[in-house]
Amino acid sequence: MAERADAVPPARAGWPLLPVLRRMAAMPLKDPFAFAGVLIYLLFALVALFADQLAPIDPMEILFTKAGKLAANVPPGAEFPLGTTNLGRDIYAQLVYGTRSALAVGLSAAIIVATVGTIVGLLAGYFGGTTDAVLMRIADMALSLPFLPFVIVLTGFLGASTSNIVLAVAVLLWPSSARVIRSQVLTLRERAYVEAARVTGASAWRILFVHIAPNILPLSFVYAAIAIGWAIITEASVSFLGFGDSTSVSWGMMLQDAFTSQALSRGQYAWFVPPGICIILVVVAGFFISRGYEEVFMPRLRGR
Amino acid sequence: MRLVLERFTHNALALLAVTTLLFFMFRLMPGTPLAAFINENLNADQQQAMLEQFGLDKPMWQQYFIYLANLLQGEMGLSFFQRRSVMTILLEVLPNSVILTLTSLIIAYIFGVLAGAWLAWKRGSWIERVAVPAVLATRAAPEFWIGMVLLALLSFNAGWFPSGGASSPGLAYDSNWERIFSLDYLHHLALPVLTLALYLQGLPLLLMRSNMLEVMHEEFVTMARMKGLSEWRIVIGHAARNALLPVVTAFALGVGLSMGGNVVIETVFSWPGIGRLLVQAVSVHDYPLAQGAFLMIALVLALMNFVADLLYMVLDPRVSHGRKG
Repeated sequence: MAERADAVPPARAGWPLLPVLRRMAAMPLKDPFAFAGVLIYLLFALVALFADQLAPIDPMEILFTKAGKLAANVPPGAEFPLGTTNLGRDIYAQLVYGTRSALAVGLSAAIIVATVGTIVGLLAGYFGGTTDAVLMRIADMALSLPFLPFVIVLTGFLGASTSNIVLAVAVLLWPSSARVIRSQVLTLRERAYVEAARVTGASAWRILFVHIAPNILPLSFVYAAIAIGWAIITEASVSFLGFGDSTSVSWGMMLQDAFTSQALSRGQYAWFVPPGICIILVVVAGFFISRGYEEVFMPRLRGR
Repeated sequence: MRLVLERFTHNALALLAVTTLLFFMFRLMPGTPLAAFINENLNADQQQAMLEQFGLDKPMWQQYFIYLANLLQGEMGLSFFQRRSVMTILLEVLPNSVILTLTSLIIAYIFGVLAGAWLAWKRGSWIERVAVPAVLATRAAPEFWIGMVLLALLSFNAGWFPSGGASSPGLAYDSNWERIFSLDYLHHLALPVLTLALYLQGLPLLLMRSNMLEVMHEEFVTMARMKGLSEWRIVIGHAARNALLPVVTAFALGVGLSMGGNVVIETVFSWPGIGRLLVQAVSVHDYPLAQGAFLMIALVLALMNFVADLLYMVLDPRVSHGRKG
């Protein structure tokens, strides 16, 4: 309960960025769920970093047995931990390398969503008036687009590339973060320390970025964590539907490959269960982290 | 009443914006919209005549208004590949999508509300500690992956359900209604519904749980407790009734949202609905059909957003007084 009281940093002189950052870094230690989330992220980051060492076989290489025959649909065993695909590719290697594209998609979408959402939220909330009206109407419009259909139409026509999927996800996700950040700015704007800065003659931009923005940072972080999960699920769904980047190894591409080459009827669970579990782990980690930040920094937003 | 009108205009304008965006998006696609009609044997004059016939020689803004006027009359042009009216094709598959969505949502919400209320009541127990992360995990799983696992287990392995489609080959029915109410159709419907319901139950469950926890501390519950009512009557008669309001609104929103999300479920189970139609149309570059399917999904979304706004006002009288815009 003691932590709840200072949910919004107190009005202290000086730059609030450092204390906010310190509290953000300490948060996972207070919330066991958030701690688990951070651990999961770290684990996947390490796997992505050391993919070459963890999986020495090229994930797209077509493998042959010693007798010179195609090593297709080999069951899991000592040589291939998760077996091989119908074209003789190592499933374990694909899973390990898939971590890279998942993190690339997730992080780039998260950075765009958090940046755009934060800037729009700050501007709309602080300046109000026409700026606010225009920005929020654009947000409303983006929110009334059906999510997956929009991504499909965009990637189907602009070309099936990972960057187009990230773009589509960013277009659809920034509005919800911008809205919440805007409402938070509305309350911060009226606080005493902002008023004090205004009286001492600080410019609007200085107040916005030096006094208000640092306090918004935890919220931006919450939406970034959520965006990571959404982007990865969306990339997987789009790849599964056949509009993904066919040159990159991703968990979605693995699932599509398994589905179209009848892995389901052959019962090759080792092919299609692990990529799904990985997606769930990464997305759940995002949920846990965002929940943790909401509980510590924004107790009133709980349950939304 | 003024508020109702305001919400209506709001949603209608959003839909108009989406329609506009879509028009220009499809126009900026590579190739002319006539690519599928123009034959290499046609000479320049004939091609020009064709452009005129389709109104493509007019300026863009004029084309835009013709497009809007046509849309209002339900006219969306011809599918490039099926050479049939887009509207006819859409209306053919729409019932399948609606049935899939509504059945799954109803099952998911009945289960979610009951389980959510029960979990709120079990607050602090080990059941809660296991159940809440488990529910979060179902929300984190890609829908199509749940579908794939269920297909492999229950259809290919156990053989309890057909692996796709909406009816067995070779069966004929006198009417569409007869087909929909046949056992065969239900048998095909079961697995997609189970998948979708598994995915959808998380939201009402978590929502109901957190609402119940909040409501349980309010005065009227304490009052009921002081009157000596049984715990069960307090939960069902007093707390649950009030906790249900946001869930009802979420249900209406859910109809709109899952119509769009059905895209993947329908593809996994080859369910002949509007989502699968969209995927097929986009992959063969059938622009009019893709556009039509997209607009239909966007229309349902806007409509259900409006219904949710209305429900919110009707169910919670505080809103109609206190809330602005």
